[in-house]
Amino acid sequence: MSKIEIKNVYKIFGDQPSKVLPMVKDGASKEEILEKTGHTVGLDDVSLSIEEGETFVCMGLSGSGKSTLIRHINRLIDPTSGVVSVEGTNVMDLNQKQLIEFRRHKMSMVFQRFGLFPHKTVMENVGYGLEVQGQKPEERNKTAMEKIEAVGLNGFEHQYPNQLSGGMQQRVGLARALATNTDIMLMDEAFSALDPLIRSDMQKQLMDLQSELKKTIVFITHDLDESLRLGDHIGILNGGRLVQVGTPVDIIMNPADDYVKAFVKDVNRAKVIKAKIIMKSANESNGVDKKNLVKVQEDQFIEEFLPQVVCTNANCEVVDKQGNVKGYITNKELQKSLTKS
Amino acid sequence: MEKYKKYFNLIYLIAFVAMVVVAYTTSKYRPESVSVLFTDLSWLGNWPKWLDLPLMPFLNEGFDKLIKEYGMFFEGINNFLLGLYTDMKNFMVALPWPVLMISVIVLCYFVSGRNTGTTIMVAFCVFFLGFLSPRYWDKCIMTTCIVVIGMLLCLIIGIPVGILMARNKKVRNAILPVLDLMQTIPSFCYLIPGILLFGLGAVPAIFAIFVYAVPPLIRLTDLGIRLVDKEVVEAAEAFGANKKQKLWGVQLPLALPNIMQGVNQCTMMSLAMVVIASMIGTRGIGDEVLLGLQQLNVGMATEAGIAIVLLAIIFDRITQSYGEKIQARTHNKKKLIL
Repeated sequence: MSKIEIKNVYKIFGDQPSKVLPMVKDGASKEEILEKTGHTVGLDDVSLSIEEGETFVCMGLSGSGKSTLIRHINRLIDPTSGVVSVEGTNVMDLNQKQLIEFRRHKMSMVFQRFGLFPHKTVMENVGYGLEVQGQKPEERNKTAMEKIEAVGLNGFEHQYPNQLSGGMQQRVGLARALATNTDIMLMDEAFSALDPLIRSDMQKQLMDLQSELKKTIVFITHDLDESLRLGDHIGILNGGRLVQVGTPVDIIMNPADDYVKAFVKDVNRAKVIKAKIIMKSANESNGVDKKNLVKVQEDQFIEEFLPQVVCTNANCEVVDKQGNVKGYITNKELQKSLTKS
Repeated sequence: MEKYKKYFNLIYLIAFVAMVVVAYTTSKYRPESVSVLFTDLSWLGNWPKWLDLPLMPFLNEGFDKLIKEYGMFFEGINNFLLGLYTDMKNFMVALPWPVLMISVIVLCYFVSGRNTGTTIMVAFCVFFLGFLSPRYWDKCIMTTCIVVIGMLLCLIIGIPVGILMARNKKVRNAILPVLDLMQTIPSFCYLIPGILLFGLGAVPAIFAIFVYAVPPLIRLTDLGIRLVDKEVVEAAEAFGANKKQKLWGVQLPLALPNIMQGVNQCTMMSLAMVVIASMIGTRGIGDEVLLGLQQLNVGMATEAGIAIVLLAIIFDRITQSYGEKIQARTHNKKKLIL
């Protein structure tokens, strides 16, 4: 069973969403609905499943419904129709008290503009999830301190959020989400408000933490590079509809429609595609010239070995971690993978 | 709400017809029969005498009934507030003036977060009050007691109402027109009925202060809570804060600057009202102004006016600096750029 399952979720904003729902189900477009009824379609028949331990990136431009989608998972927003289930429990079946328990212990959230409490110190912010659970100050400060160290903010624990820079504030947000030690982490455009350098720093930090903690992360972004870097699976939303779900390579190599195509057009493929994806397996590549070879790890991205290939005009031999030859890459494969379709 | 909108016009129509019928049937000036109206068109000239709703006798009856049947209730409130006022006043009047003066200065010093500038200013104002006229000291104490009790009443009722309004749109829609009414109705319209309900003296003044000064406090509490950053409130919800934790831990502390602004407004308006209330016999510094004006003694009226201004400055500085102090603790930390 998947960790998070979203089935046929519709969300319509307005006074009488249930009246508009049949129209949406009949396939009327977002613009039509807005013009005829004054209702806004947030999500239109979204279904997806997210597996335990993976990072699922939900991508789309502003207004595509991605922030609405993530808020359905912890029920900050109620769906108009459809089922959201987490670990097999339908979140719509929870009563107020159960919902609070669910939010306290099952998932935590990181926000775009950080959502930190300006009147609390860094330590109090990080310990907030534990505070609402009713933990004693000594206990929660200990946990909070651990998490502050984990994100590299030692020495700032008694500062207030607005004494910190944007990147540091988001680290506090991240530490706060880690402190409750929940299985699921929801990240709503967590790094979008940061400048590019700090953003890539934070992405690295998140990936490092993730390789250790193996949480289920739902990450929202409007930045394709970010989603390709972080996501095990990516879902692309357009106007409230889920257009495509797949692995990063899937999305780049086989875009489902023009919208996705336009999105991936400018992606630096060399940065995203790994050697093992484009290689010809060892038993297929008899005709390959093996005199002049460059050794490449199977998980290396093209950009990492491309300069070497260009300079030496060599072919590549792809090996796994133990050094076994898995396949070969010639100029032909490189050319094919790097040409924009 | 939307679906009832189409009935609104119908309701207006019915109300209009009902008003005309009631006015016509109850008026003693009405013509002998309706048909006369069609032959003699003179009633189109001026507003006809028979088109007069009998609102006044109706209200008078209602008010009399209110006093008769709920008199005990108002008497209870009266006794309680009057007792509170008298005890407080007697205590402060009995204190030697240097003790009282020093307590005000010390209070200001700590409440303003050890701000010497504010404290010196307030100390100067307190001394100045004494210098103006020896009579003013006790009168200022009376005025202060009324203002403080009126404000406490405003805080006890206003802040919870503001919180309710911020939480529930229906409550807000119901209360907003009441606040509008309280703010637009001329103050004498409730000062005089106040005398009928509570008798002469301090209590109708407290009642008038409440009606006059509570609306801005309620509005600013409501606004302050609704202006708290949505994402911050969402964060509290996402981590599983229940309603109580959300209110006390996040919404109220972050709305505090606005609420304190409301408290400050409330103080100033209370002081303004207590001066007007001297016209219904409330003792205090206001009656010096009244006395001065009645005797055409401009100097005396101005002197008392200055005393009121000084009192206002003292109140304003103390509440304002307290607001700034709590704000400084939570908001205006100097930002470091790292």
